[in-house]
Amino acid sequence: MTAKLRAPGWYRAALWTVLGLAFSWLLVGIGRTAMHYPNAWSDGEAITTVALIAVPLSFLIGLGCFDYWFYYASGRPTRAEDHSAHGARRWQDYFRVNTDHKVIGIQYIVTSFFFLFLGGLIAMLMRAELAQPGMQFVDAQGFNGLFSVHAALLIFLFVIPVFAGIANYVLPLMIGAPDMAFPRLNALSFWLLPISGVLLLASFLAPGGAFATGWTAYAPLSTEMPLGQAFFTIGVQFAGAASIATALNFLVTIITMRAPGMSFFRMPLLVWANFATSLLVVIATPFIAASQFFILLDRALGFNFFDAFVGAGKDGSILMYQHVFWFYSHPAVYIMMLPGFGIVSEVISVKARKPVFGYRMMAFSLLAIVVLGFLVWAHHMFVSGMQAWIRVPMMITTAIIAVPTGIKIFSWLATLWRGVLHLDTPMLFALGFLTTFTMGGISGVMLSMIPFDIHVSDTYFIVAHIHYVLFGGSLLTIFAGIYYWFPKMTGRMYDEHLGKVHFWTTFLFFNLTFAPMHLLGIDGMPRRVADYAEQFSALNLFVTIASFGLGLSTLVFLYNMVVSWRGGPRAAANPWRALTLEWQVSSPPPVFNFDAVPTVVGGPYEYGVPGAVHGIFQSPAEAKPTPAGSVATSPTRE
Amino acid sequence: MRRHPVAAMVVIGAIATAIGIALGLAIDWFPTAGAEQAGRIDTLYDVLVIASVPIFVLVVTVMLFAVWRFRMRPGQEEQDGPPIHGNTRLEVIWTALPAILLVSLCSYAYSVLVDIEEQHADELVVEVTAQQFAWRFRYPDAGDRAVETTELYLPKDVPVLFKVRSEDVIHDFWVPAFRVKIDAVPGLTTELRVTPDRLGSYPVVCAELCGLGHAVMRARAVVVTRAEFDRWLARAAAGGAADGAGGDEGAGDGGAAADPVALGRETFTSTCGGCHALAEAGTAGTTGPDLTTALRGMSEDEIRTAIVDPDASVAAGFPPGVMPRDYGETLSQEQLDGLVAYLASVAR
Repeated sequence: MTAKLRAPGWYRAALWTVLGLAFSWLLVGIGRTAMHYPNAWSDGEAITTVALIAVPLSFLIGLGCFDYWFYYASGRPTRAEDHSAHGARRWQDYFRVNTDHKVIGIQYIVTSFFFLFLGGLIAMLMRAELAQPGMQFVDAQGFNGLFSVHAALLIFLFVIPVFAGIANYVLPLMIGAPDMAFPRLNALSFWLLPISGVLLLASFLAPGGAFATGWTAYAPLSTEMPLGQAFFTIGVQFAGAASIATALNFLVTIITMRAPGMSFFRMPLLVWANFATSLLVVIATPFIAASQFFILLDRALGFNFFDAFVGAGKDGSILMYQHVFWFYSHPAVYIMMLPGFGIVSEVISVKARKPVFGYRMMAFSLLAIVVLGFLVWAHHMFVSGMQAWIRVPMMITTAIIAVPTGIKIFSWLATLWRGVLHLDTPMLFALGFLTTFTMGGISGVMLSMIPFDIHVSDTYFIVAHIHYVLFGGSLLTIFAGIYYWFPKMTGRMYDEHLGKVHFWTTFLFFNLTFAPMHLLGIDGMPRRVADYAEQFSALNLFVTIASFGLGLSTLVFLYNMVVSWRGGPRAAANPWRALTLEWQVSSPPPVFNFDAVPTVVGGPYEYGVPGAVHGIFQSPAEAKPTPAGSVATSPTRE
Repeated sequence: MRRHPVAAMVVIGAIATAIGIALGLAIDWFPTAGAEQAGRIDTLYDVLVIASVPIFVLVVTVMLFAVWRFRMRPGQEEQDGPPIHGNTRLEVIWTALPAILLVSLCSYAYSVLVDIEEQHADELVVEVTAQQFAWRFRYPDAGDRAVETTELYLPKDVPVLFKVRSEDVIHDFWVPAFRVKIDAVPGLTTELRVTPDRLGSYPVVCAELCGLGHAVMRARAVVVTRAEFDRWLARAAAGGAADGAGGDEGAGDGGAAADPVALGRETFTSTCGGCHALAEAGTAGTTGPDLTTALRGMSEDEIRTAIVDPDASVAAGFPPGVMPRDYGETLSQEQLDGLVAYLASVAR
């Protein structure tokens, strides 16, 4: 038993969780006694707030995420990596700290889909409440909690991490690397994620209910709400830390670990997309961390960052929160979209059997979106009462960001032109994405126009827009990517027929659910309300019925994935006849990815070019270790 | 069709565009327009629809055409498309044209913005105060003393400047019929300009999530003629109860003050009913306790305490701190007395 409690794993994690709780109780008790505060040893709110930080960290220590670094820091001999924790042989291996990027990729994807289904279920509850005006199933507090948790889960625990998961799996394979640059950091970033999700969900158990201020948590509402708010404030920090660590890992991996000959302009666009995304994450995510720390300090220690009643001697600033928050949260929508652009580029090129049209412009437009993405945040604040002149430059940059986005859409269309289109499930999702994302992009341009935005901001028009870009945009690309790489990840084929059923039901019910919301919003229905005027009842009932269809359609996906993974037909190494490197190894790939180091000799999408090859494989004997970014040794470009 | 497939695509695209634009313009998207600002914004939206539909149709038509024309046919399983890597002229066109279109739209939107926010020489100033979960409107230039109401009265065709403040968290003052909104931000006074141009009664909506009662934080904006407005304002400034005494109902004004229970009932429906259900008053708010049952057996003193110091005793199942604590100050003495008298009469 002692051996189990000393070795990294779930037993030690349980022990450390208890230790973390005890530590929080002691810290609060000693602190409050020293300050002569009342209820020194029994102030539940204070103990919970400290425990929300301390318990997850001690849980991770117990699980073994920090073991190597602690040994190193304390000068004890570190255990050399013997790769015993590499690869997964049984399903139980996915519940351990594992440093294999393929295992971590699967852990990421399955975890985030778990939260997708939870978040979707919450959406069904909301739609049930909204089927009729008046209150039926939940009270106001319950409803505010539902839409807040729905948004927070799907943004921080689904869209952002599932892209990180897909890239975790395929990105090292695509650039010919044996793993990520920092495998231990990679494992730590994954394990921060379920912690964040558990915290957000646990807020339902807090006295006063779940956090109920939306995923935006605007101050000063969020500094005044009951304890549940602290679960968001702190839970987001763990998701953010995971996000930053993964992005750093991707950047270093992409810059230093490309195979010989893999110059930047021979990288598949998925790699480019994750390069761009990681730049956004590394620069922007610290800002949401800061905004939530401000809230935490206001709540827990009375800092008054956001207490703005000047007459009462308070000089906080309400608008400061929004500026800091949106300086992350606008780039975040590109963090949630650029990896999807990468997936769609892969799928469309392979399935249309043609090179990506205007490859370099595709790469440059990603970088243009990164730069412009930092210059548009205040378009979320056109009615916030900020200085009026800021709105105009923000309108122009917001509209202009549609130019690089348009370049991508037109280039995909040109890639389809004269190709040989394989209309299977990944391709259908990619084409569905083109349609719905164009809709979302157009409503985005409309929203950039200040006078129109003044009318529709904070209405259902916004709800429609965000779902057209995050569901019709991101989620459809995620489905495309999951179907596309399913054979590579699991070594099995999915059921093509069920895949098509999934696509058509999702596409149909998605549009039926979200298109009418544009009309509701312009007609004057505000968002984030459980009760609404009688005039909106017919459309709302329609939306609710359609949303149940949308919910059911994901069950087709779930069934297809589970059954195909357990017993689908074995997949060939390269069922799509793709050129990129991940398809040149077995499905699933060997534990160390490549038995021989590949050398890249051409572009990734040379379909239709007679005899074109992207990478060649040398025998292990010939393969020499190459210095970082070995572009100089690569064969010349044609 | 067979011989000129691209020409067919262009024709189909043009027809679809025409239908799309016709539909976009035919759908009655907006609520009734009640202000000059609304006309300009609705026109901007029509222009945006006309600019957007062709782009959407272009993308979908090209995609569907490619699916129809270039889909894999039996026997093509091993074939590839032609290795076309790009076309500089095309790429320049689809960078430049959207950029020009977007800059033009921005210029037009900017001119609309300047128009709708134009300052006028003699604006009627109305101070809007938001609190969880009610609106108050104050007319500072009403004469000897300022007039404060919970219902917004506005004269037709007079430019109005709203000065918006908040007493607690962020709210957002929105009259959908006027198409404009502005946040009420603690510590700031934000401004909004509107020129109502249509008589009628319109909802005032809180558009920024402000807590439990956000969905029921509503009021009424009543646009009346200039003469009616002046009469109402003069009467209210002279000391009559401002609430519910405006416009065409003005005739029976003296009666409301004389009958505290009637005044109390009016105060209840306009101020309290958003959050509290009460069968007698016909309100159905759910943010606070249902007073149809909760009132039973309460004395006048208990009712008064529950209004002016709501956290002294909080009903089971409801968190403290939700009901504003300042009704003792914001309601006039007559309103408060009327409210207590009315609720005591219901409680019996």
